[in-house]
Amino acid sequence: MDLDLAPDTVAFRDEVRAWLRAHVPAAALPSMDTPEGFRAHREWERTLADARLSVVSWPADLGGRDASLEQWVVFEEEYYRAAAPLRVSQNGIFLLAPTLFAHGTPEQLVRILPPMARGEQIWAQAWSEPEAGSDLAAIRSRAERTDGGWLLYGQKTWSTRATYADRGFGLFRTDLAAERHRGLTYVMFDLRAQGVTVRGIPQLDGEPGFAEIFLDGVFVPDADVIGEPGNGWRVAMSTASNERGLSLRSPGRFLAAADRLLELWRRRPEPALADRVVDAWIGARAYELHTWQTVTRLADGGELGAESSIGKLHWSQLDVALHETALDLLGADGELAGPWTAGYLFSLAGPIYAGTNEIQRNVVAERLMGMPR
Amino acid sequence: MRFAIAPEQADFVAGLRRLLAAADTPAVLRASIAGDHAPARALWARLADLGVSALAVPQRYGGLGATPVDLALAFVELGRAGVPGPAVESVAILPCLLGQVAPERLEPLLAGSVIATVAAPPLAPRAADCDAADEVYLCEAGTLSLAAVQRRERSVDRSRTLATVSATSVLGEVDAGAAIGLGFLASAAGLLGAGEAVLEQAARYATQRVQFGRPIGAFQAVKHLLADARVGLELARPVLFGGALSVGTGDEARDVSAARVCCADAAYRAARAALQVHGAIGYTAEHDLSLWLTRIRALQHAWGTQRWHRSRVLAELTG
Repeated sequence: MDLDLAPDTVAFRDEVRAWLRAHVPAAALPSMDTPEGFRAHREWERTLADARLSVVSWPADLGGRDASLEQWVVFEEEYYRAAAPLRVSQNGIFLLAPTLFAHGTPEQLVRILPPMARGEQIWAQAWSEPEAGSDLAAIRSRAERTDGGWLLYGQKTWSTRATYADRGFGLFRTDLAAERHRGLTYVMFDLRAQGVTVRGIPQLDGEPGFAEIFLDGVFVPDADVIGEPGNGWRVAMSTASNERGLSLRSPGRFLAAADRLLELWRRRPEPALADRVVDAWIGARAYELHTWQTVTRLADGGELGAESSIGKLHWSQLDVALHETALDLLGADGELAGPWTAGYLFSLAGPIYAGTNEIQRNVVAERLMGMPR
Repeated sequence: MRFAIAPEQADFVAGLRRLLAAADTPAVLRASIAGDHAPARALWARLADLGVSALAVPQRYGGLGATPVDLALAFVELGRAGVPGPAVESVAILPCLLGQVAPERLEPLLAGSVIATVAAPPLAPRAADCDAADEVYLCEAGTLSLAAVQRRERSVDRSRTLATVSATSVLGEVDAGAAIGLGFLASAAGLLGAGEAVLEQAARYATQRVQFGRPIGAFQAVKHLLADARVGLELARPVLFGGALSVGTGDEARDVSAARVCCADAAYRAARAALQVHGAIGYTAEHDLSLWLTRIRALQHAWGTQRWHRSRVLAELTG
């Protein structure tokens, strides 16, 4: 048992650290949920890609570096420690790309992934519908067969980044006679295509980080279906376990936030809050060590599986507690809009997205502890 | 990077778990509560045969000189099984202290023929389990002494006896830091094991107990209680082994105290959940759950209060 990074990981870390120090913008970019912020974040994706740092874990011929899981975790740690911009390509890179690697055709990989890696195509997820949230299999949006492809009809909502993004991906019902999980198809579509109406939904910070998407006969060629038609649920679940698991939330974000919390504590110590500061740091450290345990298991050929629900429950609650502690340390200044309030508002979404924490607790109890369904 | 236990460590754990599973530790604990320490001593003798009492004794004194990771693995199992007696003191702390000033006293300790306990005020103001121990020590202000019991006191854990002690003869000056650090680690590991044990008992009970025509584990209120406790334990485990790997490095104080904070909190949350899931039957002395519940409570602040360990982490982080 050891926690020593491999020599090539150390070399990679040093390169990433030096590059980030030289390239991370000194002033924070405007919110990616504003037109100018979205543009600035898209340009940042291009800057990252030019250094081949936008998708390090991908194969080299698609723009990555074939980085190991160990290297990916270290990259994320450096990225957040450097306070680099949030990733506007996140939905594509961390949700769609793993699905394509698992179920996409070679043609789809070379057509879709390189522009995603360079920020030329920004992807939005389109899972939820007005009547399908936690109960995702209740979706009603449908795809009808037409010459050479499909016509999409229906409504998606809570689509993160869809307000300004280029393309979307989600599940559509292709067999109206089939029940629930059956008869669903995984589809990629153009958010600027004829028949698409996107209406931004302002989030807690007032910016339209969500959108609702109305689809009225939107044409999608067969080439933009992932996996077999009717097999979309299985295809999507490989994405969902990625969203919950290792790839969406690396420990880097929480370690960096815990370091900033300690910095704040040094400037404004408040003895009554000492235990909460310690617990926030320990919680981030615990998630880091838990991640190394998972990385070792995966390197040994293990699977992520239901264990990922444990990580999600932990980091989502840690993130809220950590930011609440910072705001409480700031006292009356804690309501001033700034990085801590932005981080706080962002943290509040954690227990809701990627499978609500109530669903995750059911998964832990049923699949890991043997409770009856 | 390989943050997982090795096959030979897994074998050691499996052997230990087999021995303890066959030992009927609830009956041993109940005998200790009744003042009969013979079953506990017999169990300790079998653990000594497996090498447990020699783990932290350096090889030059005939011990195993095991790594802190091995020590932590063993204490998780002792805690899971609820082994009575001064394991933290006799197995983790005293070998390192006696090795400095009285190595001749190590041989019977590692052979398991002598069980010993130690008080270390102010951190550990009372010696635990002195009724089950052959030797009592006092480690105070950098001096290790043989000690005699002054005043006995009862613990909320009825299988555990406590006593204030006073020095009878001085053995010598010791550097207690490393020894007590191993005690913190062993204490954390024991709590993690105890927490895992009570949660497993609760999960088993929740699938058996039927109310409103369904096993109570089918109700989300019960599922979520169990799941939250499981998350705490699952996250505490890597922190424990991270602490074990830090022993002897500049990060030891930070990482071992973090492990103690995490493991004690997670075990306590698991204990509360387990009691709630069991309901009234869990509140009885007759039910074996009671043996772990009171132990987990008793050990919360043994070998450093949670507040002391948190302060230590914060001092290391911001000092």
